Amino acid sequence: MHGLLRGLLALTLAAAATVLLTVPAGAATTAAVQEQRIDVPGGPGVTGTVSLDTSLYLPAVTPAPAVLVAHGFGGSKASVDADARDLAARGFVVLTWSARGFGASGGQIALDSPDHEVADASRLVDWLAQRPEVVQDGPGDPRVGVTGGSYGGALSLLLAGYDKRIDAIAPVITWNDLGQALFPQTAFSQTATATPLDTPARGAFAPDGVFKRGWAGIFFSSGAAPGPGSPGADATCGRFTAQVCAAYTEAATTSRLSATTAALLERSSPATVTSRISAPTLLVQGESDTLFGLDQADANARQIAANGTPVKVMWYAGGHDGGAPDQGVRDAIGGWLGHYLAGRGGVPGTGFSYAVSSGIRAGATVANGRTVQAPAYPGLAGSAPVATQQLPLTGDGQTVITPAGGNPAAITSLPGVGAALGSLGGRLSAATSVPGQSARFRTATFTAPTTLTGAPRVTFTVARVPGQPAPAEAILFASTSEVAADGTRTLLGSSVAPFRVAVPGDGTPVTVTVSLPGVVAPIQAGHSLAVSVATTDQAYAGGTEPAVWRVGVTGGLTVPEVAGEAVSANTVPLGPAIGIGVVLLLALALWVAARLRRRRVTTSAVADPDAPPLRIRDLAKTYKGGFSAVKGVSFTVEKGMVLGLLGPNGAGKTTVLRMLMGLIRPTAGTITAFGRPVGAGAPVLARIGAFVEGPGFLPHLSGADNLRLYWAATGRPTAEAYLDEALEIAGLGASIERRVGAYSQGMRQRLAIAQAMLGLPELLVLDEPTNGLDPPQIHAMREVLHRYAAGGRTVLVSSHLLSEVEQTCSHVVVMHRGLVVADGTVEDIIAGGGAATFTVDAPDRAAFVLGELTGVHAVQVDGGAVHAELNGTPRGSAVRALVTAGVDVAAAGPRRRLEDAFLQLVGEAPLMEDDGEP
Amino acid sequence: MSEPSTVTGTVGDLAAGGPAPTGYRPGRTLPLRVELARQLKRRRTQVTFGLVVVLPIILWVAFSLAASSPPGSAVTIVDLAKGSGGNFAVFALFASASFLLVVVVALFFGDTVASEASWSSLRYLLAAPIPRARLVRQKAIIAAFLSVCALLLLPLVSLLVGSLAYGTGDLVSITGESLGFWTGAGRVLLAALYIAVNLSWVAAVAMLLSVSTDAPLGAVGGAVMASIVSQILDQITALEDLRNYLPTHYGTAWFNLLAGQVDWGDITRGVFGSLTWALVLGALAVWRFERKDITS
Repeated sequence: MHGLLRGLLALTLAAAATVLLTVPAGAATTAAVQEQRIDVPGGPGVTGTVSLDTSLYLPAVTPAPAVLVAHGFGGSKASVDADARDLAARGFVVLTWSARGFGASGGQIALDSPDHEVADASRLVDWLAQRPEVVQDGPGDPRVGVTGGSYGGALSLLLAGYDKRIDAIAPVITWNDLGQALFPQTAFSQTATATPLDTPARGAFAPDGVFKRGWAGIFFSSGAAPGPGSPGADATCGRFTAQVCAAYTEAATTSRLSATTAALLERSSPATVTSRISAPTLLVQGESDTLFGLDQADANARQIAANGTPVKVMWYAGGHDGGAPDQGVRDAIGGWLGHYLAGRGGVPGTGFSYAVSSGIRAGATVANGRTVQAPAYPGLAGSAPVATQQLPLTGDGQTVITPAGGNPAAITSLPGVGAALGSLGGRLSAATSVPGQSARFRTATFTAPTTLTGAPRVTFTVARVPGQPAPAEAILFASTSEVAADGTRTLLGSSVAPFRVAVPGDGTPVTVTVSLPGVVAPIQAGHSLAVSVATTDQAYAGGTEPAVWRVGVTGGLTVPEVAGEAVSANTVPLGPAIGIGVVLLLALALWVAARLRRRRVTTSAVADPDAPPLRIRDLAKTYKGGFSAVKGVSFTVEKGMVLGLLGPNGAGKTTVLRMLMGLIRPTAGTITAFGRPVGAGAPVLARIGAFVEGPGFLPHLSGADNLRLYWAATGRPTAEAYLDEALEIAGLGASIERRVGAYSQGMRQRLAIAQAMLGLPELLVLDEPTNGLDPPQIHAMREVLHRYAAGGRTVLVSSHLLSEVEQTCSHVVVMHRGLVVADGTVEDIIAGGGAATFTVDAPDRAAFVLGELTGVHAVQVDGGAVHAELNGTPRGSAVRALVTAGVDVAAAGPRRRLEDAFLQLVGEAPLMEDDGEP
Repeated sequence: MSEPSTVTGTVGDLAAGGPAPTGYRPGRTLPLRVELARQLKRRRTQVTFGLVVVLPIILWVAFSLAASSPPGSAVTIVDLAKGSGGNFAVFALFASASFLLVVVVALFFGDTVASEASWSSLRYLLAAPIPRARLVRQKAIIAAFLSVCALLLLPLVSLLVGSLAYGTGDLVSITGESLGFWTGAGRVLLAALYIAVNLSWVAAVAMLLSVSTDAPLGAVGGAVMASIVSQILDQITALEDLRNYLPTHYGTAWFNLLAGQVDWGDITRGVFGSLTWALVLGALAVWRFERKDITS
């Protein structure tokens, strides 16, 4: 348990004390660090000297102004290493040290006592005055600023008050009056009228407060580890001086602030020296801080500004119950010191910024807060007092009970737990406030959203209840909550304002004005505020005698508001904004360039009206990976031809057709159609209709819609489409209105051929058009193609079927393994040289008879057939001769040379099983 | 030549027709209305829009069924969503921006060319001929149009559903600021537009993949994957400033619009980053498609 507590402590105090977050990468490597021990006088009550463990961080360029960075309570010089490196990267000589009683330094903790810790820091300034790396204002007077968080922050203020050589300070989350921080009394003294609410978070700071035992205990225990070299000392005092130890022991046991303790705490309070501080001061305070609230910074600001010293106030979303400052705060501190120590950067001004945080969780990447900037901290010398709003409170007097022993007590904050859980307190409170222990008063619902900025005030009446027990004094805890429309309450600031008030014994009420905890809280329209008065709080030493009080309110709730601008408004970053313009211009330039290039390409070709529909020269295509599908193909298709491109599968036919459609870029060679080059997107493709390697339709559309949308996509006039003719060719009947996904392969095939014929292109290219068609359809298709060509157009049909080409085409180009192996008219190739074949009953006799005829030669017997070159002799004469010779002729016709040639070319056997009869 | 049509088909008066006049102009190919019709008739388009319309209703039903959170728990964006119609719309955007809307954009862009390739219709469009750059452009314009419609439809329906369910109270932002209903509604729509611009890089990735593959699923999935990888990398804080170059880094910058005074910093940076990625990847997509062998 002890170990856990210690771990938590180290975590919290280190987090709270570490002024700044980690430095950006790169900065860490630039600073040179020298470690040394510096002996300082022990001071009153300490014999000899105290050895301080220090580190000097040198920037890239020296001499430079120096900055002392003081650590927080429970830390050491190591806990501000990152901040020191950050400041060194900003060009400062930085000196860090472990305060006496902490880390490897000697001595005992005297709580930032002017004679000890503050005097030590003055000696460090002396030491800096001897360093050549530090800019000097005069002999023994270095240019030096001080910053630090919490314990270190108070040291900054005290040093600036005691040592005139300090040129600028930036204290963070620290106190003004340590007595008030540990024994807060938020009720204004009844003898004097309450000071007006001029600065936003002005607290009462009245004497005789309520002991903040939660934080005090944590504070004390973090210094209570036995220090080195103090044998025989009181083990319960750890590294504290005897005076501090005695003061704590007394406070913890009596819960009251004795005069001695008050005097001790007062000496450690900057309030004693603020009237002397002339160094420009940047006060950074946390909005989640139940230890040193916004009222402490408010007091510092008021007191220091009264001297005419420049003061800037920043409230950030964090603190002892929240997190360390963010980059914005680090930059502000760097800028403040940079301006006042080195003259760098503009005047930081005396503005006021505060963070508005909703507490809503929406993932790590979404900021749930914003920073608001006001021109000045209201109420300081020269600026108007803070604007306030008076909100009537409803709620009759209510009776609250202090349980005997003050237990159970409400839990509103979790001191020392830090950022991770600290903010939980505000939500816990809704669940853990003890019934009967609190009175509640409501404002009306807000009609407009309001941001409460500062410490609200309220006036209570407290009275005894006749016949009920009650001590002479009431210890009560006031707080403000936001109440949602559904009744959900959220405690603002996770914080309560304790007050001690003497209540007359005769039952008359006492009227007391209380300063509620300082907060920044956005209140939604439709929500309201509630002021609560409770009798217990876990973090404080409340009343232990059983008591019953009657609590009421008089007047309303005074709510401070500070108008400001969102800090980031109208800050469109110049670089990215210009970048957007550049990107858009670049996109425009690319578009224009592409357009110009395309126009040049389309206008360059010269039309030649007599050019053939298709001329292919030395066409070659080698795919990635080295496979040559087409190797030097040349042929020409003339007008009116039905040209067959014949070849087995893999001959390269489809690759040629794809290049012809501009889908594939040829490796070598040219294709021209009607005298114009063919390539990707070449306009001449509009005069070519193609069906290559299967149909391509949108399966969810009907056949008719597919053709209609396809034609619409070509952008050509509907009148040119000849859609009805095409649909007739498809011959799909009523199926044309069904979705293509439901078509058979043959139907799709016919639809695709119809699509290729849309617009009646001058060159029609069909790849294996009869695949999947039944014989009557094949027959009809042949007829269509013949008539198509007869109309003066040109057809190119590819096929691996010999019979197909033979029966459909007038011309044929035979391809094999990427090369053209034959080219000519079908008749030429089939009947070239007048060769004839006779099927007879007596082949040998027939061969003899034929051989006798004049001119006939090359007679060959081939089973039941006899082949011969007739060489001008009419085939009829040959038949007559055979019949005359007594040979029965079953058939006589031209010899099928194409098939022979084809088989020979292909090498093996029949092309396809379904090659059919000759 | 006008015998009655049969299953085998006839050719009509083909022979009589002279050479067809070609009213072809490259600049008139694939008109936007045609491409829009092609896409709108697709089931995936209809399902996507249906989902976008139904999502707010599903959210509303889910909120109605869920028990309200216990008083001690942290206030989250879900609790906020039930405050008003504006808050509900913000939640709907927040819940869908990092994934659903990415998928929508990836779908419209990644599917557009790759699906044509998978149906083999791409080669007939290109042989029509539609210039390749124009095909990409027209398809990108329609995909962008559909994406923006879906991105605006979601907040519009959410505003409607939210207003009916939770009233037209103030929109309360994550930072605790309140905006009036109409101001809030305007900002929500502006936020949707920012998300649209911010997702332009997803569109470009999807388009690049779409022209590179014949598998629509690969293109859509690849683009979504790219977004997820970028979001994962963005969570590695050790990458420091490098994360600023991730296209998803400013993905939630639209929350800045929900403020009385808008912080344009991250929004500007987000738009710049996204547009830069989109330009580079989009130009790459066109470049690649213009040189590609279409073998589908």
